[in-house]
Amino acid sequence: MKALRIMAFGWYFQFKAISRSPFEGLFQIIWPLFFATVAFLMFRAGTDPKTLLYASLGAAVMGMWSATSTTAGGAMQRERWHGTLEALVASPPHFSLILLPITLAMSTIGIYCLVATLLFGRFVFGIDLTVEHKVAFGVSIVGTVLSFGALGFLFAVSFVRFRAAWALGNLFEYPVWLIGGFLVPLVLLPDWVRPISWVLAPTWGMNAIRESALGGTPWPDLALCLALGVAYVTLGVLALDRVLGAARKRATLSLT
Amino acid sequence: MSVVEAIDLHRTYRTSTGTIRRKWIDVEAVRGVSFAIEKGELFGLLGPNGAGKTTTIKMLITLLIPTSGTAKVLGHDVVKDAREVRKRIGYVFGGERGVYERLSGYDNLRYFAELYGVPPGEQKQRIASLLELVGLTGREQERTEGYSRGMKQRLHVARGLLHDPPVVFLDEPTIGLDPVGARELRATIASLVDAGKTVLLTTHYMFEADALCDRIAVINKGEIVAHGTPAQLKQNVAEGAVVEVEIFGIPEGTVERVRELPGVNAVSVEEREQAQVLIVQTPADIELTHAILGRLDGANVGRVSRREPTLEDAYVALVSSGE
Repeated sequence: MKALRIMAFGWYFQFKAISRSPFEGLFQIIWPLFFATVAFLMFRAGTDPKTLLYASLGAAVMGMWSATSTTAGGAMQRERWHGTLEALVASPPHFSLILLPITLAMSTIGIYCLVATLLFGRFVFGIDLTVEHKVAFGVSIVGTVLSFGALGFLFAVSFVRFRAAWALGNLFEYPVWLIGGFLVPLVLLPDWVRPISWVLAPTWGMNAIRESALGGTPWPDLALCLALGVAYVTLGVLALDRVLGAARKRATLSLT
Repeated sequence: MSVVEAIDLHRTYRTSTGTIRRKWIDVEAVRGVSFAIEKGELFGLLGPNGAGKTTTIKMLITLLIPTSGTAKVLGHDVVKDAREVRKRIGYVFGGERGVYERLSGYDNLRYFAELYGVPPGEQKQRIASLLELVGLTGREQERTEGYSRGMKQRLHVARGLLHDPPVVFLDEPTIGLDPVGARELRATIASLVDAGKTVLLTTHYMFEADALCDRIAVINKGEIVAHGTPAQLKQNVAEGAVVEVEIFGIPEGTVERVRELPGVNAVSVEEREQAQVLIVQTPADIELTHAILGRLDGANVGRVSRREPTLEDAYVALVSSGE
């Protein structure tokens, strides 16, 4: 209960800290619109109206992923620059209870991107946003946000130890668009890429969102997405003590 | 049982030079530091920049693992029982960093109150009383990016005391503060001991250690070179004398030339407006003023005086003895 309270308050506090910058907020909204424009222009040649919704959702999740992957690294970098990383590490709770809310707050920012992209598609390109299973659609978005936060957590564990690891976020941004099947269906990718897609929660989150919007069955995809999220958190927690021990040994916590 | 106990602490940093042919260098920041702090004591760790004060304090607050040696806080090992140590200590670092600048002072304190397990029902009252203690009442809803350096440091103090810890570590808390702000903060530090807390204070201001500390350990180049009460440390140089020479533009190599004079114990230079003051410690029974003036290489000399040594002179003598 106490752990949940620490996490809930940590999420609220970090979300408040991130969303205080109007410029960055605007950036999170405008940025995915470029992806959306490219996606709509690519897919509008199709005759099926559901194709555009397919593209629209893909572009929206691209924005969500970009927001999470690039800002998770930036968040840890910011903790270093502000000198707050040491203060957090020196506090009594297990560091995972502090770190996970930071990355979850980042992925929550991704909801801005999703909403902005869908509204852009609706009002600029006239895309019909009729969602078949509204509740499942909402649950899928929440599940995807949680799993993105969990993946961000796994990245953030390495950012604690290695200062330059924030670049990992940027490195993974574009490949996951492709491998996660955000715009291009996975069946078009080479066979050897498939196993990589399967271990990425964004792949299943994307599927769940599309299935619920287009009238399919989202639950198996959502279950896999969440299971992978749990696996990322478990791996991160297991690695965290070792990583923190190394950082305390090598005196890298105070470095910017 | 001592509240804080450090036994033969060592800490080595590994650093590298060069890009292609990288060469690794081990830098010994702390070399065998031992001391014990008793309950309710205000213990000062005094030393120049780079002496190893912050490294020592970071080992005690569990942010760094000692290369060798052990340390305990309230009987808990700082490496093996880090979590137990963290629950029982508060710490304050000097400087402006360490706060969430986009959030208010109140939000910063709320977040850390949660992390330190302050019961939800007590948080508001606790934060209000700490804001009062550090003089930030009325400014707590402002974003901390607009706070002055002194306000941020006072916010650090409030954060360090949120969970009412029995042991408080203060690392150069008054650094960079204006005289009034520093005096107020010193009064706050003194009140911590009155409230029954055990305090470890690091500083490089001699007068601060003199005014606040029950006992002082002087650290230089990673080693404790002296320890005792302020009065005991003063005693070390009580038998000597100090010659002060005001110089307008001190020639290069003057300090080294004066230090070579037989009988000179320590030499330091202090900047005072447009002049520098050469401070030379000598034995009381030897008159070295003329010899010192003869080593100034024709520099423009102002006032010359001879006085009794102070605690600051004791400190200078201690930290310059290894040079």
